[in-house]
Amino acid sequence: MQSFGYLDPADADAAIAAAAAPGGKFIAGGTDLMQLMKDDVEAPTRIVDVEKLPYGAIEANGSGLRLGALARMSDVAAHPAVQRDYPVIAQALLASASPQLRNMATMGGNMLQRTRCHYFRDTGFPCNKRNPGSGCPAIHGENRLLAILGGSEHCIATHPSDLAVALVALDTSVELQGVGGARRTVALGDFHRLPGDTPQIETVLQPGELITALVVPPSAAARRSAYLKVRDRASFEFALVSAAVALEMQGNTIADARIAMGGVGTKPWRLPAVEAALRGQAATPENFTAAAGLAVEGAMPAGKNDFKVKLMQRTLVRALSTVAA
Amino acid sequence: MKPGLTRRGLIGRSVATAGGLAAVPLVTPAEAAIPAAPAPVRTPEMVDIVLQVNGRRLPLTIEPRVSLLDALREQAGLTGTKKGCDRGSCGACTVHVDGRRVNSCLTLAIRCQGRAVTTIEGLAEGDELHPVQAAFIRHDAFQCGYCTPGQIMAATALLDEGHAGSDAEIREYMAGNICRCGAYNHIVDAIRDVASQAAGKG
Ligand SMILES: Cc1cc2nc3c(=O)[nH]c(=O)nc-3n(C[C@H](O)[C@H](O)[C@H](O)COP(=O)(O)OP(=O)(O)OC[C@H]3O[C@@H](n4cnc5c(N)ncnc54)[C@H](O)[C@@H]3O)c2cc1C
Ligand code: SF4
Ligand code: FES
Ligand code: FES
Repeated sequence: MQSFGYLDPADADAAIAAAAAPGGKFIAGGTDLMQLMKDDVEAPTRIVDVEKLPYGAIEANGSGLRLGALARMSDVAAHPAVQRDYPVIAQALLASASPQLRNMATMGGNMLQRTRCHYFRDTGFPCNKRNPGSGCPAIHGENRLLAILGGSEHCIATHPSDLAVALVALDTSVELQGVGGARRTVALGDFHRLPGDTPQIETVLQPGELITALVVPPSAAARRSAYLKVRDRASFEFALVSAAVALEMQGNTIADARIAMGGVGTKPWRLPAVEAALRGQAATPENFTAAAGLAVEGAMPAGKNDFKVKLMQRTLVRALSTVAA
Repeated sequence: MKPGLTRRGLIGRSVATAGGLAAVPLVTPAEAAIPAAPAPVRTPEMVDIVLQVNGRRLPLTIEPRVSLLDALREQAGLTGTKKGCDRGSCGACTVHVDGRRVNSCLTLAIRCQGRAVTTIEGLAEGDELHPVQAAFIRHDAFQCGYCTPGQIMAATALLDEGHAGSDAEIREYMAGNICRCGAYNHIVDAIRDVASQAAGKG
């Protein structure tokens, strides 16, 4: 790990100014940044501690759920209103990482965790995301864990977060604060970028811009929701494929559907075509299977991840059946 | 807890085991003669910090990049906390910070100022083992013992969190601690035992 200076800033403005300077980087839970620094994938010269900034509250009321950027994964998962009104969020969190890591990791850091592509995390290999223009060894190499949707000839890395999949299904927005106190709100669905020919640019964040909160609108669908994660071992593993499904039912008819999937896309993958196909339909196995077929339209598997095309459809059908039942 | 199961008794036992292997010297005289690492040379990046570890004040001079794990092991001489992966994947380094279990390999020591750090060395009350330590011995919940301090720190936190409701729940909430010897079944037995003792008392 490269040496760095450490700043415990007086307030958010000081933190943002320091992180906007060259070599500056926020640290929240540190669970991803520490790994990346140990492996020399990232080498900030100054880290800016955001832990004491006042953005850790979890607020739930009639106008929705507001997750402070610094709220810990374990605290959000254990919150009674999250468990009752947004079960997909609690389930996605409890299926993530380990109890120790969830005690450390934060909402904001979770959105910005970087891909688990092995080449990206090993500086002995070329990688367009880490070292633009150096090439992508994954496309013809070890790509079993990588994306079948949203990739480009330059990068097919998956976004690894479970939480982001649940949140993007529920139309979450991201509150940001930038240099000079500028505030703006971005839909989470527009927050992460597709790799295109600039896979090193992963989000719409400006230098120094700080996530202050994730805001989830209330909905009947959110109350009837679940997260299904398929992985190589029973626990403490990233997703091969996962599904966040939220349904509003009227009898056996699907009045509204919000669906996103993980492990398959280069960003948390919302499925609007599947949602549209399900709205107004009866909750039957035939309708679920037909809708799941739309989920993989345009999929571009790369060889070792071919299995995800079938697994994605089966995972979605099972998640739909569970939530509709 | 069984009478006579004390820390001293445990050390006595492991010495006896080592004696049984006397034909294989565990340390060569040359290794034994290596002096303790000298205090690190002060570099411009270094800062003076004070940690609270196991209720004691621990002043340190460190670079900001030093993990809590390395500060404990290399500087404070508290080698009970183990380094397995150094990447958050194994749980060997589990300690409590302000009562919550965390991975000390991914924690910067400089960020722990003003917080209460508890390590495996801080669990026993004098010579009296913590109930989880005693249960691990009773249930033979380790083989090589390398993962054990982390397992025990995770298990004490799990019990405080109230996640010992069933074997399945215990396993899920111990998922952050890997045991290469595969002592998992006995670890679950030990935790279940302490949980039911506590329930019996309460
Ligand atoms: C062994 C292991 C297993 C894991 N398994 C899973 C899993 O199964 N599922 C899953 O979803 N995740 C998993 N994770 C990833 C984990 O969830 C993330 O590392 C964590 O959520 C990151 O949050 P953090 O607060 O620790 O971020 P940090 O490491 O502190 O920061 C990450 C990045 O975000 C930036 N940042 C942090 N906060 C802000 C903010 N408020 N505004 C702007 N920038 C900010 C930092 O500068 C840094 O670039 C795993 C991690 C490990 C180590
Ligand atoms: S898939 Fe993306 S992250 Fe992985 S090696 Fe290729 S460019 Fe790098
Ligand atoms: S050494 Fe910290 S988790 Fe493995
Ligand atoms: S007892 Fe050997 S690793 Fe767990």
